[in-house]
Amino acid sequence: MNEKLTLNVNGKSHSLKVDPSTPLLYVLRNQLELNGPKFGCGLQQCGACMVLIDGKAQPSCMITTKSAQDHTIITLEGIAKDKNSLHPVQEAFALEQAAQCGYCLNGMVISTVSLLNENPKPDDKEIREGLQRNLCRCGTHSRIIKAVKRAAYGSNKNSKT
Amino acid sequence: MKSTRRDFLKLSGCLTIGFSIGGISPEHFSPQINELPESIKRHPNINAWLEVLANGNVRIYTGKSELGQGIRTAIAQVAAEELELEMENVEVELAETERTPNEGYTVGSGSIEQSAMAVRFACAAAKAKLIDLAAKKLGVPVEEVIISNGKAYSKYGRNPLTFADILEGKQISDNVPANVILKPRSKYKFVGREIPRSDITAMTLATYAYVQDLRFPGMVHARVIRPASYGATLEKFDDDYVRKKVPGLLRTVRNGNFLAVIAEDEYDAIRAQKSMAHSASWSDVKLNHDSEISLKEFIKKQATDTEKVNEQGKLSTNNFTHTAQYYKPYIIHGSTGPSCSVAYWDNKKLHVWSHTQGVYPLRDALAEMLRMPAEKIHVKGVSGAGCYGHNGADDVAADAALIAMQLPGRHVRVQWSREEEHSWEPYGSAMIMEAAAEIDKTGKIINWKYDLWSDTHSTRPGGKAENLLAAKYIKDPFTASSKGYAGGAVRNSEPYYNIPNRQINSNFFKGPLRVSALRSLGAYANIFAIESFMDELAEKAGKDPFDFRLAHLDDKRAIAVVNKVREMTGNVKPSKNTGLGLGFSRYKNSAAYCAVAALVTISPEIRVLKMWSAIDAGEVINIDGIKNQTEGGMIQSASWTIKEQVKFNNKFITSSDWGTYPILRFNDVPDVEVEVLNQPDEEALGAGEAAQGPACAAIVNAIYRAGGGRIRDLPAIKT
Repeated sequence: MNEKLTLNVNGKSHSLKVDPSTPLLYVLRNQLELNGPKFGCGLQQCGACMVLIDGKAQPSCMITTKSAQDHTIITLEGIAKDKNSLHPVQEAFALEQAAQCGYCLNGMVISTVSLLNENPKPDDKEIREGLQRNLCRCGTHSRIIKAVKRAAYGSNKNSKT
Repeated sequence: MKSTRRDFLKLSGCLTIGFSIGGISPEHFSPQINELPESIKRHPNINAWLEVLANGNVRIYTGKSELGQGIRTAIAQVAAEELELEMENVEVELAETERTPNEGYTVGSGSIEQSAMAVRFACAAAKAKLIDLAAKKLGVPVEEVIISNGKAYSKYGRNPLTFADILEGKQISDNVPANVILKPRSKYKFVGREIPRSDITAMTLATYAYVQDLRFPGMVHARVIRPASYGATLEKFDDDYVRKKVPGLLRTVRNGNFLAVIAEDEYDAIRAQKSMAHSASWSDVKLNHDSEISLKEFIKKQATDTEKVNEQGKLSTNNFTHTAQYYKPYIIHGSTGPSCSVAYWDNKKLHVWSHTQGVYPLRDALAEMLRMPAEKIHVKGVSGAGCYGHNGADDVAADAALIAMQLPGRHVRVQWSREEEHSWEPYGSAMIMEAAAEIDKTGKIINWKYDLWSDTHSTRPGGKAENLLAAKYIKDPFTASSKGYAGGAVRNSEPYYNIPNRQINSNFFKGPLRVSALRSLGAYANIFAIESFMDELAEKAGKDPFDFRLAHLDDKRAIAVVNKVREMTGNVKPSKNTGLGLGFSRYKNSAAYCAVAALVTISPEIRVLKMWSAIDAGEVINIDGIKNQTEGGMIQSASWTIKEQVKFNNKFITSSDWGTYPILRFNDVPDVEVEVLNQPDEEALGAGEAAQGPACAAIVNAIYRAGGGRIRDLPAIKT
């Protein structure tokens, strides 16, 4: 059942013995001990488990480890330049205090990084569209939108709209 | 360390150790509180609440849990303030049995009112004691000791003492005296300010550990196979079939109708759970009602236990100007992270890591379920995803505990699936509210009759096994003997308006679905009804909704929040198909005042565009904490109001994921704006639930004004 697979995660190559049908999320969390991606639904409905796959935000709860192995995977732990610094998106979320329980934050930050990679200056509508796959139950959406604006424009007020 | 922490529990209730403070005068008493907080009365020892560490820093112990409300930061602010420390020199430990005070549950917006105030008094008492001891050490009178930045100085001395130097390894076990002197408000550096929560940075870095993130050497993963419906009995299951399908199956645990699988690998546990569910069959048990659709008729038929909640004046029912019936369906808590727990039985003690809202009541309930002494159980509170009330947190801890007892020496982690969380958590009860009122010629309400129908709003464990899900299914099960806490249904059922003749009645019904406490309990539905009805009455009286409410209020703080929201929305001119609506309440009629306005469009479909709130929660500890809670409360309430309803058939729940039970997503979320009216001279009030009711009312009132009709049955959009 188990196979030898290689995953490229956060700039490092990891050789693993794993059942290739295991969803990527469980391998990231349990084998690689990365707590960034969270289990939220296992159904690709909530975005809590998102990681960057080749630069794009994708849920990791259904994609198999085998199909992830030829791609570049970045988790929340891997987006900053180094251990002592914050990625501008992480910094913006902290500055805007854009969380309550914070459980959805992984997906929010990953989605934002992905959105800004593609569209560095999104307007309000584009931000909402970019985060549409991510659920928050505490209702911190308005702060998250401000955080995305801060990351894109250096201030939560400026935007194209 | 553990033994010193246990000491405070033994000391509680013992003789007071002499505590001398010179020169007390009445003006030194707290301006906000006239007597010691309840939590201090139960845990009077100073070292129940704080410990001075070897480096001079202070560790605070609170019996409350972090639920995303930012309590850790608010408590650190209060402690740093009273002890003259910097924020970074204070650490806060949250609920853990044997280690922190027993403060019951983290509920009812009580963390600030109870725990932060207890910490304030304990820290002030500690400071007085430190000054007393420092004076002796420094050989100067008490009045000449200055405490600053964690050190004690004599007025002219050069050798400051840290708190650790003063205590020489001891802790302050004296009782908090009744006449403790608090720091004057005018000298506050932290309290009332916008202090950022440091845990949010940790969350963005994935260094904040949730219970879901705990990882122990040798930890195994377990999953429970849920019955086909509430109360179904297990007729058969096929171990061999599962083992063939999932060779990684380590163990099957069966205890009566409680069935679980254990595997070393998490995905194996999930696969074993699926295979086991496939192999199992359950008895056919029907719910006592067959769907959410005709629930109103069912509720009316089932109703029992009518109680008079309030009666004033002499109600006349002859000339009602208007009557209306409102309905609120079952709603889920819907944590983004399904419930999770880790348990470990070391053959002497059971250790449980849980995102429960009450570590001590959970410990006692587990003890009853496992039929073992509470002293043999240790529960450590660890954050989970936001819970908004009693969700699956305690239940999953019971699952983990039952399984761990069968596998000594291994940490057992149980993670509920999305389907389990959506289907098995105890929901917020469905409710019916009927209002009738008479308006006199001047436009004043003179008669008001209000009847409500509700199931219970709390079946928290409270030390009883019968309220733990698994305990209902084990061999020799625990079955619920009581109907739960009825008080929650009537929360905010009395209008906060001046109405001379009024009668409020509540009726209890036992509904088809499992229910318990959901954020604000009955207040959400009662304020939806009362504030919708106020709008309907305003229209009958030909009055503006703001004016109509103000004409029935004389509490200045209530008037202030209504006026503030009016001012905030003064420039809003709703265009075609949009409307502006208002809602107001004082939470519990005794806590925070909150007014909300909503701007809603109904074209092409109902969408809340913007919401404004003015809130008065008395003395503000952390202004951004109140804003965050109020913003979130409005958005969550908007989701409940617009979209949410539990669906079921005659057997079980059919809304078992985010597809079948949708909530608001980014495209539909309103912009929000909050103004906090700080009242530094007033008691600090909890703010976490104040917006739920008014936000709902503001939205339905706005829908009406936009031309979308009067929404009397929630949700506004039925799917």
